[in-house]
Amino acid sequence: MNLESPRSVADALRSVDYLPDDRISQVVFLANRLDKPILVEGPAGVGKTELAKSLARITGRDLIRLQCYEGLDEAKALYEWNYKKQLLRIQSDVDHDWGEIEQDIFSEEFLLTRPLLEAIRSEAPVVLLIDEVDRVEVETEALLLEILSDFQVSIPELGTMAARTQPIVVLTSNNTRELSEALKRRCLFLHIDYPDAQREQEILAARVPGLSEHLAAQVARVARSIRSLDLKKAPSVSETIDWARTLLALSIDDVDEEILGDTLHVLLKYQTDIEKAAKELTSSPRA
Amino acid sequence: MLGVITGFIDELRAAGVPVSMVEAIDGMRAVEAIEIGERVALRETLRATLIKNQRHERAFDTAFDVYFSTVPLPDSTPIEEGSRPDLPPPDRGDGSERAPFDIDALLDDLLQALARLDEEAMRRGARTAVDELAGMEPGRPVGGTYYLYRTLRRLDLADLEARLIEALMEDEDLSEFDQRLLREEIETRLERLRQEIEEEIRRRLVADRGRDAVARTLRRPLIEDIDLMHATTRDLQEMEAAIGPLTRKLAARLARRRRKRAGRLDFRRTMRKSLATGGVPAEPQFRHPRPHRPEVWLLCDISGSMATFSRFTLQFTHAMATHFSKLRSFAFVDTIDEVTDFFGAGVDFGSALQRVTTEAEVVWLDGHSDYGNSLETFNTTYGRQLTPRTTVIITGDARNNYRPPRDKVLGEIAEAARALVWLNPEPRAYWDTGDSAMSHYAAHCTSVHEVRTLRQLEQFIEELTLPGTRASQNA
Ligand SMILES: Nc1ncnc2c1ncn2[C@@H]1O[C@H](COP(=O)(O)OP(=O)(O)OP(=O)(O)O)[C@@H](O)[C@H]1O
Ligand SMILES: [Mg+2]
Repeated sequence: MNLESPRSVADALRSVDYLPDDRISQVVFLANRLDKPILVEGPAGVGKTELAKSLARITGRDLIRLQCYEGLDEAKALYEWNYKKQLLRIQSDVDHDWGEIEQDIFSEEFLLTRPLLEAIRSEAPVVLLIDEVDRVEVETEALLLEILSDFQVSIPELGTMAARTQPIVVLTSNNTRELSEALKRRCLFLHIDYPDAQREQEILAARVPGLSEHLAAQVARVARSIRSLDLKKAPSVSETIDWARTLLALSIDDVDEEILGDTLHVLLKYQTDIEKAAKELTSSPRA
Repeated sequence: MLGVITGFIDELRAAGVPVSMVEAIDGMRAVEAIEIGERVALRETLRATLIKNQRHERAFDTAFDVYFSTVPLPDSTPIEEGSRPDLPPPDRGDGSERAPFDIDALLDDLLQALARLDEEAMRRGARTAVDELAGMEPGRPVGGTYYLYRTLRRLDLADLEARLIEALMEDEDLSEFDQRLLREEIETRLERLRQEIEEEIRRRLVADRGRDAVARTLRRPLIEDIDLMHATTRDLQEMEAAIGPLTRKLAARLARRRRKRAGRLDFRRTMRKSLATGGVPAEPQFRHPRPHRPEVWLLCDISGSMATFSRFTLQFTHAMATHFSKLRSFAFVDTIDEVTDFFGAGVDFGSALQRVTTEAEVVWLDGHSDYGNSLETFNTTYGRQLTPRTTVIITGDARNNYRPPRDKVLGEIAEAARALVWLNPEPRAYWDTGDSAMSHYAAHCTSVHEVRTLRQLEQFIEELTLPGTRASQNA
């Protein structure tokens, strides 16, 4: 699909049921035009991961995903030598001299590729998703820098391996930790916040088939209203979707205070939040 | 255009937003790749390349409005720079040439626009409103808020709101619940209108005085540069988002030990694994290094002189509680009480704050700060539970109301703990002036830091190095 203007990006994303705002489509357009990675940041469940998946869908590319976690290291992210296979090769070969064997066992054949290298070596262009990058330690971030700036990887035994095709790279972060300046400098920065009521209504319409316009508007407005409260954890888009599905499953076509009170636990996870929202939303309106 | 972008970047920097050379070049390059005559595209392109922290977006938006207010919005009539009658001529008092302005017609138009959510019509209405109601005069040295106030007073938004409610509610038979949701919807629409008017005024000010001058008057300190002693509630709320990542960084700092790579070799597991490779130990197995669990005790001055700052430190405490399993917190005024249990997982900050202010017993005599008594009480009650793994952090201005500092006890606390750190929210130059006993206390601390802003807190965390725990030094 063509990504030749922000508008065509927006149309393409909409066609796979991802509802972007102006900012999202502009940044995606730029990333594609300038071959730059996108660093997507924002609260949980606002569609960061989904954006990468949707990009894969609209470009027809494979999605390669590196899920980050504390303790993620080079061997899991980039590559690892296949010791076992190397060992067997050494044991089974008694005829050649060591020099030859050494060269042989440090060739691509004995390499276990992990997501980053896989993305670099792929014949067909891919979308590389580096998900929740804020979970790795600062030291591990350095691993990513070479890939993000030059789309290449250096392996001491093999030299530099450049990307065969240009991947679209998306990094996501929940901002539990400040990322390094070096990493941020290489990326286009995209902060996604909760959608406004209008866009959320559209998201609901796209993601929850069978939902009436009236109910979608109500759900979106309730979500906005709840998010304006001072809560421990505001409802995410995935939670409003869950709530809409719940209402649909219960054959409810109009939300009132009682129904809201009974189903708030789908939207909110903490008891104190549920109590607070119930108190604010189900009492008589402010004068 | 390039000149304007350079001026814009200078303004961002002047407002404290760090824009590196590389980012500035990136921004320029990106602008070349887009449809330059379109405001939204330009704004989002510059934002994505120049701003790398959400905290800086407000400063970005303000400056962008000033520098690029004449770039047309998509699907709207272009605004030519300089050529339009931005400011009506000063009223000559005779009112002869102009048709009388009909405010009711304007209000009707606005009502229509708001009801249909027609942005273009809203913008047009805002333009007329500023033309007719703001009474802007060239060269007059008043700020935009003055004109905004004048316009809004004449428009009477409250009345407009009432009419809008009526208009939107009449055709449907709405439940009370829906009415309430609709009211919130209407509030956001009116807020949009207000912003349109504000933008329009700003655009004219820029035409009159130039971008740089207007930008300067609108400049506000970044959230990380706001003095914690004088922050507003809204500032504090905005800071909350930044505190989470900071506490995580602090947790990581405190947990750090002298560098040791993976744990010791696990001989049994290595041998067992080697069976797969014919007894050759091809994959050495290591024990996981035991994670170091730092213990932190926070002592917060929550006296009156510290009202705003202590709210901040309690926010900080609250965030810390989610990252440290071994956090204990204490609050003091003229005596001290433990408040650990008020914080923790599943508690929202509001109720924690509520409990600290109502349940903690921090006043013994008169409710004026008494560091000496607080510290001595602390030491007698909890001092024996300090261990060489405990880091004690005290936050306060050390203003002791001219009472004796009784700082000797602080030496005992420092002796029993791994480290004792003091964070003072006052400028260093004020320490030891008046009733501040800072240097008495500083003498016993591992380190003392001026922490007046979020930026300084960040710096403190960035540069923190503490002695290794004594247990590990012996090992
Ligand atoms: N703009 C959107 N258009 C369509 N669906 C969306 C949009 N934003 C969010 N969603 C829905 O919300 C769900 C959650 O989004 P996603 O998993 O991408 O969140 P996330 O931001 O990655 O959250 P986390 O930080 O928890 O990983 C998606 O599966 C999708 O159904
Ligand atoms: Mg995700």
